Amino acid sequence: MATKQKKGFTFKVNKEEYQKQAQKYEPKPKLLQNCLRAFWVGGSICLFGQILQTIYMSILNLSAEKAASPTAVTIIFIAVLLTGFGVFDKMGQYAGAGTAVPISGFANSMASAAIESRSEGYVLGVASNMFKLAGSVIVFGVTTAFIFGLLRGVLNLFY
Amino acid sequence: MEYVIAFIVGGIICVVGQIMLDVGKLTPAHVMVTLVVTGVVLDFLGVYDGFIKFAGAGATVPIISFGHSLYHGALQELSNTGVMGVTTGMFTVPAAGITAAIAFSFLASLVFKPRG
Repeated sequence: MATKQKKGFTFKVNKEEYQKQAQKYEPKPKLLQNCLRAFWVGGSICLFGQILQTIYMSILNLSAEKAASPTAVTIIFIAVLLTGFGVFDKMGQYAGAGTAVPISGFANSMASAAIESRSEGYVLGVASNMFKLAGSVIVFGVTTAFIFGLLRGVLNLFY
Repeated sequence: MEYVIAFIVGGIICVVGQIMLDVGKLTPAHVMVTLVVTGVVLDFLGVYDGFIKFAGAGATVPIISFGHSLYHGALQELSNTGVMGVTTGMFTVPAAGITAAIAFSFLASLVFKPRG
């Protein structure tokens, strides 16, 4: 039924006109408010990361560079846990890029894809859908790092 | 003082992401990809290490540093072992984060049920 077109009914507006009309009724994103929210939430996550890093540096006797790994793992763990409890989605709705841009957003994309795919099974669902969003980040990151790494190798020959 | 800088720098990076979402009309996936590629390029230009020294976790917690860490491991192995180092060193630095994200996410899918 849905594919059948009703007779005698044609659109009088073309595509561009429709888009102009529709734009009037689109909710305008409150840019300033969104940016403020992203700023303080994202900043707080980084501040929390800095506190963790300082703690790991003093407890485990690590350099700042080495302490970045356990810091990232801790933030990822908390983000996965909050995703599981359904809290992260609410935080994300409030903060926008504030929770998506830090490493917590990467962890959330994987955890939420994994949890939502449970019904499709663990092999075909959870394991294969886990990288739905994170995969694009890894692919683009690795490919550009590969190309620029080779480029650096070539440059090193001449300098 | 390092806490204040981490807060402000991290916040500013998130605002850049938010502007890309709202003004650039990009999806979150595109924003993350753009930031990761930016991290690789910044490290290629030799800027990112100084940035981390200045901002601490403000520079290492946002996803930009994922690109930086990929490139950084590749570069270290490049100088140690030659051209093949680009492939063998790629995941050395971000290994902890990737492993943790995969393992925790899978374990979470065993424990938690999806919410409507």
